[in-house]
Amino acid sequence: MATTADALVTMPRTTPSLTRVYGKEIRYELTKLARNRAFTLSTTGFPVIFYLMFASMNAHSEFHGQLYSRYLLAGYACFGAMGSALFGIGAGLAHERSHGWLELKRASPMPAGAYLLAKLVASMCFAVAITLLLASLGTMISGHIISLFELGKLLLVVVGGVIPFASLGLLLGLLMAPNAAPGIINLIYLPLSFCGGLWLPVEMLPSWLQHVSHVLPSYYFSRLALGSLGYNTVSAMLSWSVLAGYTLALLALCAYVFHRSESRA
Amino acid sequence: MAAQAIEVTAAKPRHGTASVGAAGASASSLNPATAEPVATVRNLVKQYGKHRALDNVSFELHRGEIVALLGPNGAGKTTAIRTLLGLTRQDAGEALLFGKSPREREGRLRTGAMLQVGRMPESLKVCEHIDLFRSYFPTPLPAAEVLAIAGLTEIAGKLFGQLSGGQKQRMLFALALCGDPDLLFLDEPTLGMDIEARRALWDQVRMLAERGKTILLTTHYLPEAEALATRVLVLQAGRIVAEGTPAELKGRVQMSTVRCRTSIAEAVLRGLPGVTEVTAGERVTLLTTEPEALLRALLPLDAQLSGLEVTGTAFEDAFLALTSQPAAPAL
Repeated sequence: MATTADALVTMPRTTPSLTRVYGKEIRYELTKLARNRAFTLSTTGFPVIFYLMFASMNAHSEFHGQLYSRYLLAGYACFGAMGSALFGIGAGLAHERSHGWLELKRASPMPAGAYLLAKLVASMCFAVAITLLLASLGTMISGHIISLFELGKLLLVVVGGVIPFASLGLLLGLLMAPNAAPGIINLIYLPLSFCGGLWLPVEMLPSWLQHVSHVLPSYYFSRLALGSLGYNTVSAMLSWSVLAGYTLALLALCAYVFHRSESRA
Repeated sequence: MAAQAIEVTAAKPRHGTASVGAAGASASSLNPATAEPVATVRNLVKQYGKHRALDNVSFELHRGEIVALLGPNGAGKTTAIRTLLGLTRQDAGEALLFGKSPREREGRLRTGAMLQVGRMPESLKVCEHIDLFRSYFPTPLPAAEVLAIAGLTEIAGKLFGQLSGGQKQRMLFALALCGDPDLLFLDEPTLGMDIEARRALWDQVRMLAERGKTILLTTHYLPEAEALATRVLVLQAGRIVAEGTPAELKGRVQMSTVRCRTSIAEAVLRGLPGVTEVTAGERVTLLTTEPEALLRALLPLDAQLSGLEVTGTAFEDAFLALTSQPAAPAL
């Protein structure tokens, strides 16, 4: 049968440049999300509005020996990063999967990795943009609250912290019907944010809720963000390990769900 | 001829594979240089729970052919295409693209697919979607050519979400063309298109076939199969119940329709030569395999008979006759 195929080849075919495929996939994923007003308004709007409200209410008060608006900056940067990963990947994939778009892409020679990486990188870009926006708003409210070095460390945490929530978004995207997606995502996103100490310091939560928060990825994500601003909290090593553990477990679940649905297809 | 038609429809399971062999042989004798099939499906079976979507389906696609998979909804047309695209795994049998598994990248690089996509990302422009799909192929068709073939040149800068239904279909057609494929799958390609756009797409498909491309299309729209296909595979309940050129399929079902105003009782009409179906109405409609004998018998019976009209087989009647037989029980 190999000779059959050879006889039919009319022109030599080589592999297309992988960097070009990945580059275009990322560029158009970003373009697509940036033009989607429902996505940009909700993912940047909520962190910005909440941060403006709570930071300006406590513009010059202190918490743990530092400006409260600094503490909140760490939390709301995480809040923005989680939102862009959960909505960008979760809701996006739910739509593309159930309306046949993903199937068309899978029938094409697109490398599967390009599709997934583009979604991850796009979420990271939005997370970075939201963090930069919040940092400049915080500076406007409370004066100089963050050094460039600290901002660099915070951005690294935000970029890395997107990964476990992107995995969660992937899993939700594989399971959810597109109509139910925003509701389901909010049901997970908002409690995770509240209990993880993204809106209010964990210390202000009732003690039973504090126990809950200690198993949540959002808690360890926000500890890393606080750590990058010099707060004394859970060790970075432990936090990254927990986030890596969540990522691996979620990706394993994704693989299981994907293969199950494929065998039924 | 009539006897042959009955044999085809009655002996579906055995006949399906037998006629495939015959058609394959005739295609290769037409074009001996490229006798090897572009795609092959052998004894394909696909089961969804209790529902058998494909039941021992076999066919081959040859270079330059336009093959239509014709059948009512749920007959297994889309499942056949999805199997050939490697999107679903068959329970038994074999599917080959260019002699290899459809899951190999090699086949995908030479294949274009237009599937039924409800929605695609709406905030990307037509030209952006095409630019992205072209990047998947090492030797894509130039973007300007893709736009021209699909008739999208004037709306290349529009967002997908702003397109009309027919324009969206053309956008999907354009994506299928990006890699300059040797084999093109078109799943219900003209759904939602107006007549003008439909004819324009048919013209493009014919031109692609003339350039040596192979096209497999599914449709439940009979005029599409009749106008476009060089070969039609009639699929019903997961089986190929008939195969041939549109003209051959019409020939197999030597049915004529006789309409008239008459007072003859329906029971009597049913007993007349070759009558298979009687439909009452302002005029009675009779379907017959022997129109001449029927008329000879009919006219003496009713001196008042009026409004007589005799028409030959329409493709639609042939199709209905081929698919109206109840399917043989599944294994």
